[in-house]
Amino acid sequence: METKTINIATLPLEKPHDNLSNTVIEIKHLKKSFGNKKVLDDVNLSLSSSENLVILGKSGSGKSVLIKCIIGLIEPDEGSLMVLNKKIDELKSNDLNELRKKIGFLFQSAALYDSMTVRENLEFPFRNNKLLKESDINALVKEALEDVGLIDAIDKMPIELSGGMRKRIGLARSLILKPEIMLYDEPTTGLDPITSKEISNLIMNVQKKHLTASIIITHDIACAKIVADRILILHEGKCAAEGTFEDLINSKETWIKSYFE
Amino acid sequence: MNEIFNKSRVVLKQKTNSIIESFNSYFDEVGAITKFAFRFFKEVFKPPYELKELLKQCYIVGNKSLPLVGLTGFIMGMVLIIQFRPTLAEFGAVSWLPGMVAVSIIREIGPVITALICAGKIGSSMGAELASMKVTEQIDAMEVSGINPFKYIVVTRVLATTLMIPVLVIFSDAIGIFGAYAAVNIKGSVNLNLFFSQVISSLDFIDVIPAFIKTFFFGFAIGLIGCYKGYNSNKGTEGVGISANAAVVTASLLIFIIDMIAVQFTSLIT
Repeated sequence: METKTINIATLPLEKPHDNLSNTVIEIKHLKKSFGNKKVLDDVNLSLSSSENLVILGKSGSGKSVLIKCIIGLIEPDEGSLMVLNKKIDELKSNDLNELRKKIGFLFQSAALYDSMTVRENLEFPFRNNKLLKESDINALVKEALEDVGLIDAIDKMPIELSGGMRKRIGLARSLILKPEIMLYDEPTTGLDPITSKEISNLIMNVQKKHLTASIIITHDIACAKIVADRILILHEGKCAAEGTFEDLINSKETWIKSYFE
Repeated sequence: MNEIFNKSRVVLKQKTNSIIESFNSYFDEVGAITKFAFRFFKEVFKPPYELKELLKQCYIVGNKSLPLVGLTGFIMGMVLIIQFRPTLAEFGAVSWLPGMVAVSIIREIGPVITALICAGKIGSSMGAELASMKVTEQIDAMEVSGINPFKYIVVTRVLATTLMIPVLVIFSDAIGIFGAYAAVNIKGSVNLNLFFSQVISSLDFIDVIPAFIKTFFFGFAIGLIGCYKGYNSNKGTEGVGISANAAVVTASLLIFIIDMIAVQFTSLIT
């Protein structure tokens, strides 16, 4: 099942956009500390619609904290955070939940609900949606699973799935609400090179099909090369370097080059 | 001499600081549990209502605990008869056995033992389940899906234990009295009708109603503490074990505290 042909993953790869005009995420002077440790220190970044932004950085450099701030799981200490033209820190919990439905989040561990089947995992985001009929939800579940090439796993439990399959199911669950923004937290960590490449291609083709803007946190340079329109390097909580993959790999700064070795 | 004095002063200061720290962390914990309970009451009345999940949790808490609670109740009834019989026999009051055991089981031993068994079984499983959901980011995943995880996970579980523990206690009490009947018949022969008519005649509303009401509080405490410990677990996989253990210990302690308050309250109104 792992090697089954993936519908959208087998589409030809190409960077899908030339127009990066609409800003979907705008972060200014973001700061976050845990105790005395400054994790994010004056981070500024923006993400345009349909753009893939890869964030590189050492472990503990604040990458995961940054995307958890974007989705409102962690409250920043200072700075402004606009997502889809809404200030995250000013939203009430109901409005924040509505906004979250427009943002997909693929967790490092995929975070599938252990007590539910794959179908129930994918149906879960619709549980309070009274507008959709059961047949519509069923069709959306099947479409999402076909997109990641795992329709046969629909009635399996997460424990029966391999790491790569869990990631794909996690991706399908994130995509089922047709988000405008996707946040990927180390999507290829713990996977073999072949599965990593499949996931990277999947990210590209998801963007191509759904026209989502994405932030991808990764240590995997091969993945960054495939998916990045732009790369940002977080170093000691600050945005230390930014550019295309080619710009950064050809940089004269040795510390930047060290990320690509 | 001065050196010994200085050393003693440092040790005393360290001990005092550690005692103050323990008190602080104890009160922090009590405050955090109270805040968690307030959040429960705030969320429980707010739509949307997770009825399907509530029924599922009621099934898990209630139905799956029946064999354990039933067996414990049966043994409890038998043991009480076996323990009471020699003492009552000395006073020639063996005929009081059914009434005495019934009052003991219904008023005190049934609710407390059943609640403690449930704190061990249900409280620990809730603590461990929620802690592992937290470690594997499943709670965060619910939150980013736009679903309120507190409402879906905590409210349903606390409601399920609050509603199901009283049912389990009634079941356990009934089985316990049957256990007592079986034990009475080991060393004698007592008619079932006679045994139960003695049981019923020895019970008053004041024995049954307060004992029944306190079981709702026991259930609430078991669910609340199990969920609190799991939901706030923060030490990775090690935290799963710690949460399960802390859920049992704290819930058991709370059961005794609630029982003491209930007994005082009952004695005041009688």
